[in-house]
Amino acid sequence: MSTFVELVVNGVSMGSVYALIALGFVIIFKATEVVNFAHASLLLAGGYVTAVLHDDLGFLLALGAGIAAAAGAGALVEVLVLRRARVENHAVLAIVTIGVDIVLTTELTRRIGTEVLSLGDPWRDRIVTVAGVSVAETRIAALVTATVLITAFLLAFRHTSWGVAMRAAAEDGETAALMGVRLTRVSLGAWALAGALAAVAALFLTVFPTPGLDRGTSFAAMKAFPAAILGGSTPPPARSPAA
Amino acid sequence: MSDPSPPPDGAPGRAPDRAPGRARTGTPGRAAALAQPLAGLRRPAVLAGAAGFLVLLALPFYLGAFWLQTGLFAMSAAIGAIGLNLLTGATGQLSMGHAFFLAVGAYGYVYLASDSGPHLAGLGLPTPLAFLGAIVLAGAAGGLFSPIAGRLRGTYLGIASLALIFIGQHVLFNAGSLTGGFNGRDVPPLRLPGLAFDDSPGLVLFDVPLGALERLWFLGLALLVPAAWTARGVLRGRPGRALNTIRDREVAAAVMGVPVARYRAGVFVLSSMYAGAAGALLALVFRRTVPEYFGMFLSLDYLAMIVIGGLGTAAGAVAGAVFVSALPQLLTRYGDDLPLVAAPGSGGVSPAEASRILYGAAVVAVVLFLPGGLLGLWSRLRAAATPRRGPRRPVPRLDEEEQPA
Repeated sequence: MSTFVELVVNGVSMGSVYALIALGFVIIFKATEVVNFAHASLLLAGGYVTAVLHDDLGFLLALGAGIAAAAGAGALVEVLVLRRARVENHAVLAIVTIGVDIVLTTELTRRIGTEVLSLGDPWRDRIVTVAGVSVAETRIAALVTATVLITAFLLAFRHTSWGVAMRAAAEDGETAALMGVRLTRVSLGAWALAGALAAVAALFLTVFPTPGLDRGTSFAAMKAFPAAILGGSTPPPARSPAA
Repeated sequence: MSDPSPPPDGAPGRAPDRAPGRARTGTPGRAAALAQPLAGLRRPAVLAGAAGFLVLLALPFYLGAFWLQTGLFAMSAAIGAIGLNLLTGATGQLSMGHAFFLAVGAYGYVYLASDSGPHLAGLGLPTPLAFLGAIVLAGAAGGLFSPIAGRLRGTYLGIASLALIFIGQHVLFNAGSLTGGFNGRDVPPLRLPGLAFDDSPGLVLFDVPLGALERLWFLGLALLVPAAWTARGVLRGRPGRALNTIRDREVAAAVMGVPVARYRAGVFVLSSMYAGAAGALLALVFRRTVPEYFGMFLSLDYLAMIVIGGLGTAAGAVAGAVFVSALPQLLTRYGDDLPLVAAPGSGGVSPAEASRILYGAAVVAVVLFLPGGLLGLWSRLRAAATPRRGPRRPVPRLDEEEQPA
């Protein structure tokens, strides 16, 4: 019985991490109708920055820097590439993100090399045992963080003017633009947010049960693609199939 | 060559589709529209094509193994890219599953051609039959997926076809008796009556002994030329117009009587047959098939090829395929002489990484600055050169206008 509970908790926790990735993916898809194949590389960028800086800055600041870096990278992709690509065919835009992904991933995996980087998280390999059920602290942290972030996103999506603008843009871009929604801002915000979520997911993809950030981490991120699809990419709350 | 002008709703014909410009200028009849480019193009183009073909035929007598292998990779990639360009470039249907169909072609050939062994299954068919069978198998696999391919539009198909990669990888690694599992399988060489495509001695032409690579080169040409020719015919004929119209405005296509779902399904099957041929040829060149080669990155490579070369034409696919498949080989070979490229393992940018970065950047740059790809660049250069020839042809400038604003 306790094994079963452990498996469930671990599974739900992993699923919630994938949900973070899938959520970013879906946000971009809904706001801009672009399938973002560069998502894995944004994740890797966030994780890499955190891993490099945590010795000097401490974990929380480094994580913040990682999140900012991934969000910035996402925003840069939007401003420098997607906004300027004068193509109507969204398939071509998806291919452009593949180009971005190839460049970023190649450079990052080259920097990482054969090393396995630690992100300097405070939980390390501690395990909590409650009523005979042992769960790693990292898994609990992942579950809590993901739940908080996803709830916050959903609330903002429902109740803030930013959320309304985004829903309007997702529903019908032209009409929303006529109503005064600035589509460029919506899509910029979507990319930045997706990058930030990916950086958080990078943290929890590389903590305790897994050895750390290595060149294979972006492959793990690819597993979230099926999650986004199975969860249905129509309304933004993509549900994660708990692994 | 001439298309019906696409619906005048601001969805401009994309790069390679040069016809709308001409059609809009009000060229009186179809015959005139056809005669116009032919008069200017026919002789130099045919001559250049024939000369290029002769050069390609002569190359194996001069080139070393490295160049022959690079060329063969490029040829097989070109066949696959032509198929993908029919689907993604001409019809606007994104496919992430191209590597899957390449794998079906490669493993299909191996399975059909190999003899059954203690651990590995095989049908032991005559190899030419196995080659055709591989193409048919890939087509059948595409046919199985085509109900989905016919219903989904653009990027949605891209997401759906991603599933094929995951399924394909799982099967390739785990169906051991069929695929040899992780270690892959040896590929039996193709044997035509009187000619085996392997290193058997005895074939000497013009004092040059022809080994496996030289023989495969001719096989590659014999496959590539009809493949490109067929695709060109499809794209310039009725089906091509239908496909382009579907890409530009689906509703308009349906209104004009194009059975949208059927065309989408059909072009998906056709493109997977091209992939099957490319995969089987690739297997013959590699002489061994390994599963990890047919992963997602291969699909990405093919998408990069058609974007870099130019969407929607056979020539664009060939140009992009040569660029993407030759680049890593060239950088590996000449990396020592280039700045910024270091030997593998020395900490700097290795040739393989440099080539990936280069062509990833090339994809982005092409979409941003060179709509129409390498082929678009070429026709733009030609357009810049043409007016000097004389005052005739007021039309060509419109003809070459790649991207109406």
